[in-house]
Amino acid sequence: METALSASSSVSYSLFSSSSQQPHRSFFKTSHIFEFKLRTRKMEHTHLKLATSVNCSHPGLTQEVESNKMNVVIETETRQDLFEEIKHRFLSFKRNTYMKNFEHFQRLSDAQSPKFLVISCADSRVCPSNVLGFQPGEAFLVRNIANLVVPFEKGPSETQAALQFSVNTLEVENIFVIGHSCCGGIRALMSMQDEKPSCFITNWVINGKTAKIRTKAAASNLNFDQQCRHCEKESLDNSLLNLLTYPWIEEKVKKGSLAIHGGYYDFVDGTFEKWTLDYEASCVKEDTRRLAVKNREFWS
Amino acid sequence: MAEASYEEAIAGLKKLLSEKAEFQETAAAKIRQITAELVAITAGSTHFDPVDRIRTGFTHFKKSKFETDPELYGQLAKGQSPKFLVFACSDSRVCPSHILNFQPGEAFVVRNIANMVPPFDKTKYSGVGAAIEYAVLHLKVENIVVISHSCCGGIKGLMSIPEDGTNSSDFIENWVKICTRAKTKTQSNCKDLSFEEKCTNCEREAVNVSLGNLLSYPFVRESVVNNQLFVRGAHYDFVSGAFELWNLDFKLTPSLAV
Repeated sequence: METALSASSSVSYSLFSSSSQQPHRSFFKTSHIFEFKLRTRKMEHTHLKLATSVNCSHPGLTQEVESNKMNVVIETETRQDLFEEIKHRFLSFKRNTYMKNFEHFQRLSDAQSPKFLVISCADSRVCPSNVLGFQPGEAFLVRNIANLVVPFEKGPSETQAALQFSVNTLEVENIFVIGHSCCGGIRALMSMQDEKPSCFITNWVINGKTAKIRTKAAASNLNFDQQCRHCEKESLDNSLLNLLTYPWIEEKVKKGSLAIHGGYYDFVDGTFEKWTLDYEASCVKEDTRRLAVKNREFWS
Repeated sequence: MAEASYEEAIAGLKKLLSEKAEFQETAAAKIRQITAELVAITAGSTHFDPVDRIRTGFTHFKKSKFETDPELYGQLAKGQSPKFLVFACSDSRVCPSHILNFQPGEAFVVRNIANMVPPFDKTKYSGVGAAIEYAVLHLKVENIVVISHSCCGGIKGLMSIPEDGTNSSDFIENWVKICTRAKTKTQSNCKDLSFEEKCTNCEREAVNVSLGNLLSYPFVRESVVNNQLFVRGAHYDFVSGAFELWNLDFKLTPSLAV
């Protein structure tokens, strides 16, 4: 057991060194990947063309299998099947959606002009395109663990970059933060013992600390599951308020050219709740921080 | 009056562009953006009600999906065990659920500007790190796919960062700099290409940088070495409607350490 462990860690060390400590070698390597890709790409394209114009996905399959053989990878049969399936799904999207709405997709390819910026969880069960039926071009999407928006003061991060691009460049009119039932991220936040982050997950979810404190204060009599549920919603409200810490977001909300909405998808009983931030009645200042909402709706 | 100011604006732009040719790329992009917005306005000239849109979308999902497949949704209510961790761009045109028809429960999806995976850094990049850690260690996904796409605004931003190395407070710049190596490589390999072509090249190179960065996470590296996890790169071209997929083809050098 011990030998096995040490062997595997030494292999990973050598991997690590070639990918980050010796940039030149890794450059060479990526170039190799890229060349290989260019070679196979030709085949893929022929295949795509055949599939879309003749409406048949079989020609080219043999080539595809051969090109896979050329590439020396240790793979199980099932994994091959999985990507074979992915390929067919893409081709089916191309035939049934892309080609049928060709003009729409061409227009979209010039530029996007989405109405929404949606921030939702990375959870595999809650994709907004599935749940809310967003079509290509409709929603600019950020997905992270527990759909958290970190405040402006925290400095640059991927969420900040997406907020800046969608609000200032694309000029979306709605920001929609969507939470959900049984959220693993919120569970991790609620389970943290000493508030000292130890891993990536805790390092990230600690951003929702305020929601946890509020939950503990308001719902300490509830059982753990119920507390998590309470915290899922508290954290959403916390994120909505955090959005207002961005000066350029607050300015637009104040002017009325940008609206902020919260949503909660419960996939256990298939319900959706939505509310809109009431800017006039809300307050972001540290000591009087308060969220006011309006137009709450519940769909079941 | 309105017409006069329109003529003036166009004339002003033309004058500027004739004097400063380097602004042409930016101007073209902005004009395309305005055109798209105006087309969208004419297309939906009736007032757009966001709440109505969401309500209709959810009601349709509930009736045609949720209620017709109680077995799937019953299962999902208990837990998720996705096969994929997918990194895709936030761009509204590239949702993996659309292009690869992912069904609920199939893919754990991170979406950020330019689908980038930053290198291992617990404090600076805890957001992406948390998603990888959760997907690999807790959900035990077997595949990570990083999907880039054509006309990526984030990559364009990266390629446009001035060479003088001035630090910007700009959030977008700060984020896309993660893939500076892809830019450097593109600059040296594709000297003769146009800016647009360079961007297309960089979109794919950035995926390769992200795939390399994935290996800087010890738990990813270990699973990859043990053949429990496979990483792939992909590129979706929505102009021509093509999708390519490639493997991370690295070699394991036998370690000399005892």
